[in-house]
Amino acid sequence: MSVEPNQPLPEETPRRIWFRLVPLAIALIIGGFLFAGLSLRPKEIPSVLIGKDVPIFDLPALPGRPNGLKSADLKGQVSLINVFASWCVSCRAEHPLFMKLKAQNIVPVHGLSYKDEGPAAMGWLQRYGDPYDRVGADLTGRVGIDWGVYGVPETFLINAEGRIVCKHIGPVMDRDLQEKLLPAIAALKQGGTAKC
Amino acid sequence: MIAELGHYALVLALSVAIIQATVPLIGAWRGDPGWIGLAKPSAIIQCLLVTVAFAALMHAYITSDFSVLNVATNSHSAKPLLYKISGVWGNHEGSLLLWLLILVLFGAAVAVFGGNLPAPFRARVLSVQAMIGVGFLCFVLFTSNPFERLLPAPIDGSGLNPLLQDPGLAFHPPFLYLGYVGFSMAFSFAVAALIEGRVDAAWARWVRPWTLAAWCFLTTGIAMGSWWAYYELGWGGWWFWDPVENASFMPWLAGTALLHSSIVVEKRDSLKNWTVLLAILTFSLSLLGTFLVRSGVLTSVHAFATDPARGIFILAFLIAVIAGSLTLYAFRAPAIKGGGLFAPISREGGLVLNNLLLSTACATVLLGTLYPLFLDALTGEKITVGPPYFNATFGPLMVPVFLAMAFGPMLHWKRGDLQGAMQRLKFAVSASVVALFATLIFAYDGPWLAIPGIAIGVWMIAAALEEAAYRIRLFRVPVTESLRRLWRSPRSAWGTTFAHAGAGMVIIGIVASSAWQVEKLQIMKPGESVSVGGYDFTFEGAAPIPGPNYSAVRGVFQISRDGVDIAVLQPESRTYQDPPMDTTEAAIRTSWGGDLYAVIGDPTGDGSWSTRFYNKPMIHWIWMGALIMVFGGLVSLSDRRHRVGAPVRGKAAKVAAQSKSPSTPVVAK
Repeated sequence: MSVEPNQPLPEETPRRIWFRLVPLAIALIIGGFLFAGLSLRPKEIPSVLIGKDVPIFDLPALPGRPNGLKSADLKGQVSLINVFASWCVSCRAEHPLFMKLKAQNIVPVHGLSYKDEGPAAMGWLQRYGDPYDRVGADLTGRVGIDWGVYGVPETFLINAEGRIVCKHIGPVMDRDLQEKLLPAIAALKQGGTAKC
Repeated sequence: MIAELGHYALVLALSVAIIQATVPLIGAWRGDPGWIGLAKPSAIIQCLLVTVAFAALMHAYITSDFSVLNVATNSHSAKPLLYKISGVWGNHEGSLLLWLLILVLFGAAVAVFGGNLPAPFRARVLSVQAMIGVGFLCFVLFTSNPFERLLPAPIDGSGLNPLLQDPGLAFHPPFLYLGYVGFSMAFSFAVAALIEGRVDAAWARWVRPWTLAAWCFLTTGIAMGSWWAYYELGWGGWWFWDPVENASFMPWLAGTALLHSSIVVEKRDSLKNWTVLLAILTFSLSLLGTFLVRSGVLTSVHAFATDPARGIFILAFLIAVIAGSLTLYAFRAPAIKGGGLFAPISREGGLVLNNLLLSTACATVLLGTLYPLFLDALTGEKITVGPPYFNATFGPLMVPVFLAMAFGPMLHWKRGDLQGAMQRLKFAVSASVVALFATLIFAYDGPWLAIPGIAIGVWMIAAALEEAAYRIRLFRVPVTESLRRLWRSPRSAWGTTFAHAGAGMVIIGIVASSAWQVEKLQIMKPGESVSVGGYDFTFEGAAPIPGPNYSAVRGVFQISRDGVDIAVLQPESRTYQDPPMDTTEAAIRTSWGGDLYAVIGDPTGDGSWSTRFYNKPMIHWIWMGALIMVFGGLVSLSDRRHRVGAPVRGKAAKVAAQSKSPSTPVVAK
């Protein structure tokens, strides 16, 4: 019942060729989506807080460090809030960038020490440098909930009216700073609006 | 200096691979024996060069040479030797090098042991294999060079992620890669066959052992990964339908289908077209997995350090490989058509059903994995697709696979007899009915789906055993005759028995552990006791203990049942210094009945600790079943016809033409 190997093949009908091109077509469509996916950022979940006033909070300073952090501190000038913890590995990756930002004195960076023991957080700042203007110690993570923090590090850009302009999830890398945060900060400082 | 040697060896390997990818292919087309002959030595040289590169990186890790950037970012001098070695592939660059090493090892194996393949065909296979090699070598050299220097060298490295410092995970990636890359052989054979325009039993006999070996490795790798997740992550779960898990599971599903369809090509010279397509798709899914893990396109717990430049590169390579091979398929497939006809109810029919269901299941997983990406790209909406989707779609598709699995080996080639097969399975039928009622009586208050679930698992095991008993005519002929048959029946048939029974065990493990698990979360003070599914867990206290590169708190729990002490569990909560990170080490007591699982969490400050306990009935059946499946694969791999080797093509065709009897496989001497 088998077809002899040397038997001439039946004439190809165009329909059959199309049929066999189906796997290729599917592969190319998936490839197109994957290409689009490279420029998407699946980890960035839009925050509902964008455009809203910062949550009301009042956090004590870290032990042995002046300047706690409360909502009122965020009014009057453009600022960044960086949620960090000494136990967070990616925080170390972004840390040098905040040190640089502090040295250039472009914008005040406040820290939210998230679910971290005071001495551990202080030790971390002493070891790697302290880029922060004010640091609020959120020992229990209660304030973090109000801010919608779901992973550390996260960074928020706040305008002079004390509204949240944008939220960056994950470590801030040089590219994020150059392409996203710095242009937005510059626009806000000139009294304009910014989106990112 | 040694790192530079490694780098240099890679550059040389690339040039050799470029030659190997082109010259033998042209030679096979023009019929030039000299050009064809180049395939073998170049495959061997390429293998040696990549081995040198890999050894150089290994050397840098073992000697903690922190002037190599890759070592400095992923290793630490205080790490135990095992993790210095596994650190080589615990990162993006090194794991690519491992991938490459396995690829060229397989290529060299075909070059060395493929003497019985026709020379032009072997040349084509090796050329295709080298094309994949060129892609990966370029990827390593241009975007992910593991030998990059870091000057001045730091005093110490920043350490390997503590979660990865685990024996289970030290060998999880190599096994996965052996599986992924093993499918590259099936791919190369398929593409070479498309170029040549013929597929026959000899082809299938070559493809099958490679697919089988790759499948065994992949099964082991996936099982190891889920076992690691189970005891290391401390959630008590073992499979999360995470995109990266799916990335390894899709090639497994497609590879399992390929394994079965290649039997039909080998034995019946049929389904050739489909098998070739499946070989291409299986390897394509392996490449897709690589892309998903390394590009950051999907949110996953596994993602390597991701980099858009790398993503673009792999994607370009992925599309070149897949689009190239599928275009070739579209135009060349008619050349390899034909083969034996068969009735719907037949061994072939069963294998077709297996293939249909497995590939549909694979497509379902693919859709669920990529759906968040589709939606994000089209509408900007962010969603995740989780276990509810997969349980609702994948599960029902697999049920017919499990039910039909029993019949396949009982059916004859060409035209089978379903009623006869059913009669021969009467022991399995009664065993599963008994299982159904036993579960109903003993566990009537649990989830009702568990009842048919257990019955299906019992059905699979009993049917596999009954098929074996039928094969050796147990109790129908004298015992000595049965033993003789037991010894003489082909190992591949035994492989089927083990693999199918193992799959049944996996099902029972999954059903029992998820339906009847007991979970308790609480705050405990030393001296307190909690009952978990009939077992009493008494907290005796927690104390700090030092570790080689971490500090830990170890809790001590006395387990007793009906007042009788049966075990002490000592889970740990570890804090690593470099990089700083907390991990949990669950303590697990395994017995036939199931696992008792204890995790110690954080202290509350007043002398209490948060603790978590599970009682998971029969959970280890999942991994035991997987091991038995792998064992079945290995038994089948040791089948005589693979050791004797593939027949020479011309001869095979002649023999096939002479022996028309349906159930006699073609055995070449």
